[in-house]
Amino acid sequence: MTVPADLKYTESHEWVRLQGKEATVGITAHAVQAIKDIVFLELPKAGASFEKMKPFGVIESVKAVFDLNAPLGGKVTAVNTPLQDNFADLQADPFGKGWMIKLEVGSTDTSHLMDATAYEKFCENEHH
Amino acid sequence: MVEFCGWEMPVLYTSLSEEHKATRASAGLFDICHMGQVAVTGPGAEVFLQSITTNDVSRLKPGQMQYSTLPAPDGTLFDDIIVTRLVPTTDFLVVVNAANTDEDVAWMRQQAEKFEAEVEYRPAGMLALQGPASDKILTKLVGPGLDQVPYYHLVPAEIEGVNCLLSRSGYTGEDGFEICLPNDSTLKVWEALVAAGKPEGLVTVGLGARNTLRLEMGYALYGHEIDRTTNPLEAGLSWVVKLDKGPFVGRQSMVAVKGMGLKRQLVGFEMVDRAPARDGYKVVDASGKEIGYVTSGAPSPTLGKNIGMAYVPSGQAAMGTELLIQIRNQPAKARIVPRPFVPSRVKKNK
Repeated sequence: MTVPADLKYTESHEWVRLQGKEATVGITAHAVQAIKDIVFLELPKAGASFEKMKPFGVIESVKAVFDLNAPLGGKVTAVNTPLQDNFADLQADPFGKGWMIKLEVGSTDTSHLMDATAYEKFCENEHH
Repeated sequence: MVEFCGWEMPVLYTSLSEEHKATRASAGLFDICHMGQVAVTGPGAEVFLQSITTNDVSRLKPGQMQYSTLPAPDGTLFDDIIVTRLVPTTDFLVVVNAANTDEDVAWMRQQAEKFEAEVEYRPAGMLALQGPASDKILTKLVGPGLDQVPYYHLVPAEIEGVNCLLSRSGYTGEDGFEICLPNDSTLKVWEALVAAGKPEGLVTVGLGARNTLRLEMGYALYGHEIDRTTNPLEAGLSWVVKLDKGPFVGRQSMVAVKGMGLKRQLVGFEMVDRAPARDGYKVVDASGKEIGYVTSGAPSPTLGKNIGMAYVPSGQAAMGTELLIQIRNQPAKARIVPRPFVPSRVKKNK
């Protein structure tokens, strides 16, 4: 499975792309495949603020509800609103068109997140 | 795999939605070995069962099955069960829920002391074959004659040389069969059914789709719609509570409840707002006060809507009534709708 090398990852399978103070956030291809039957996505409104590793939204399968956690703390500057009504982009391109929110972050410290290699290893271990 | 009442069981084999839809479109095969099979025998077996269950056991003909409940003295429920009269006619098979097997058996043994009846837990395998192609698939293994097995009837049968008890019954609202068989032959029969079913589109189905299939039918699931805090009348199970059949455990309490009028009732709902309501979410009034709770809620793979069941005050249980369900930090609109949510396609007799 593809895990882009330029992103950072959480143990709850969110990714973040940091460009200056702007963080783009989504969930990984691994998460999309694990959830399988995505039926509902709830994203926040622009202007909302979230602390790092706190829920900013939810994604639901037929079976269960999963929190979406903000890899970094900050204020929401943009939301991929159409994604909430059409999961095709999320399923086909989770690291690209399937992005969820953009945050203006307070701290750019990513030391609590995993790089691609560590995340790949984490996913492998999760299966065993 | 998850642990379910001490059983290792898959929640899904491939995808919950796919398993669900395949069961409605062709056939699904379910491993339900977790269901408890209890033999009740002896000259006093019928009178005994009549005294500890809510439905009328005396109406059962040999081979006939009956949905019923196992009430506690306070009129709440230890379990919901299926009682089948076997041959000889003083023999009965009682199928109980996995989570309750130990308590049910202990309770039944204790109650049986006053009767000429024996209660014996018989660990055995159980499979369910459900869906419109079930009859065709099973016919490949048992030969013609399944049309002689009406809905909610059980017959002895031989599958792959294994002696089974075969019934036309299930938990999905589709035509289909349940098969009781010895533990050590279960895998063999499972594999034979998979092979026979493959050309017809059969899939193996996990606990996840078993739940959404029964939810679409509005069937109760113990621990959700019914438990030790609910009585069968408010749960909409008065059709299996025969208050006039004579004395039975919990009857006095149920008569009293009926006399006072039900405070709350189980209803089916569909969401008007977007988010699905889930088990345990609160039903609230306009001021946010809790007035009930969701017993089961999930997206319906068949309907593409979010559906569920909930207890609500009797005054607000009419069809079409709008409900508010607290979803995370805001109330979401739902509407009371009839059950089943999806029309049943079981082969009712005549």
